Amino acid sequence: MIINKETIAQLASLGKRLDGRKLTEYRQPIEIVTDISWTAEGSAKVTIGKTVVMAGVKMALEKPYNDTPDEGGITVNAELLPLSSPEYEHGPPGIKAVELARVTDRGIREAKAIDMKKLCLVPGEKAWFVTIDLITINDDGNLFDAAGLAALAALKSARFPVVDEATGAIDYKTKTEKSLPLRREPLPVTIYVINGQLLVDPTQEEEKAYEARLTVSSDDSGTISALQKGGSLPLRMEDVENMLNLALEKSKFLRGELDRALK
Amino acid sequence: MVYKKRVDGRKFDELRPMEAKAGVIPNANGSGYFKIGKTTAYAAVYGPRELYPKFKQDPKKGVLRCFYSMMPFSGSGERIRPGNSRRSQEISMVMESALNPVVDLSAFPNAVVDVFVDLPQTDAGTRCAAISAAAIALADAGIPMNDMISAVAVGQVDGTVVADLCYNEEAYDAIVSDIPVAMTHKKKEITLLQMDGEISKEDLLQALEMAKAATEKIYELQVKAIKEKFVKN
Repeated sequence: MIINKETIAQLASLGKRLDGRKLTEYRQPIEIVTDISWTAEGSAKVTIGKTVVMAGVKMALEKPYNDTPDEGGITVNAELLPLSSPEYEHGPPGIKAVELARVTDRGIREAKAIDMKKLCLVPGEKAWFVTIDLITINDDGNLFDAAGLAALAALKSARFPVVDEATGAIDYKTKTEKSLPLRREPLPVTIYVINGQLLVDPTQEEEKAYEARLTVSSDDSGTISALQKGGSLPLRMEDVENMLNLALEKSKFLRGELDRALK
Repeated sequence: MVYKKRVDGRKFDELRPMEAKAGVIPNANGSGYFKIGKTTAYAAVYGPRELYPKFKQDPKKGVLRCFYSMMPFSGSGERIRPGNSRRSQEISMVMESALNPVVDLSAFPNAVVDVFVDLPQTDAGTRCAAISAAAIALADAGIPMNDMISAVAVGQVDGTVVADLCYNEEAYDAIVSDIPVAMTHKKKEITLLQMDGEISKEDLLQALEMAKAATEKIYELQVKAIKEKFVKN
């Protein structure tokens, strides 16, 4: 629905939103549930308002890449299911899914969140490769933040499957107690610009009205590990600084929600 | 050797614990959730909406399309590559023919009603769970239906007829048969019937009798889920 685009912009300049939230307020409820799929090595379902995203972690033993023979690897894939929105269709991932996957991937990869060397079993021969699949169940906006939360929650809940020492075969039905070697815990926060105002956690309707957005991935020390600007509006230096400040503040809030949910 | 005790301790005609919900996906016109044992299915209905490409339109009535898909992490082995497989295409097709007999789309010429079913985790019985979830979603979307569809797998494990086989029974080291069945509620007519494995005619007829009682239990749960949604709102 684009009918509210102008209303959303006018309200934003007054510091107001259609659903009565403050500009920098996330929707409620924020729900994070882990172990939603027994077949995944790790999994999570994140609900922010009406947006629902699942993440599932699968692990496989493969030959390391030639340039990093003593390291495992990660892959992030996103599926915007036609089940989750009337706007999505079946077929190979479109640019929106590709961007979601790549931004989530960079946040995790560039923070060196997973100790890739610890994923290696035999250098040059055998290492764990981790795939994170992000799946939308209901897209009502702010997929970046929801997907980032789901990915981290799924990684934290993941347990290695049992490997038969004699044959090297993986018994996916039996999990060990061993969790992934996580060094840092990056979370993305996306700041949107609508009519000169900064806001977070837009609904799908509000997403149609944004002029610029900036996704900032950071860990609990405030170190930034990935950025992605979107939208057609150029940003001034001071805009970027304001957006970074807000993103780092909101990252603490989301981290609090995650810690509470996983306690 | 005869199968006297089920691997998970259930009675022969006992279904695994189930859960059903309606209205779980706000963006959809109707939606449903069905869980049986460790198999879970989400279903969303979009439509009636315009059908493209146009040559697929039917000027006499709307078209029902089903799309069955397992999430990449939902298999009990390696990750499943996303996208269509021969298996998912066939299941989508048999889902359409399982649901079509009770769905009346004559009021929606040239339109399509899309049913998407995605499964986050599976432990056998996925097409039946998908059909049971899809039927809830169709009813939730207010699509005209003259009856309900409920589905469950029955079969035979080492000479014993059982309902709702789990994976360990499908993979049991003996002669096994797995028979997914979908039934209408009122007349108990069969709208889905497939089979893998081996079974005698007598056992097959006994298994189908068992499916009648089993689908009735699923029907009650589906109706309860739909009622709960509309009483709540």
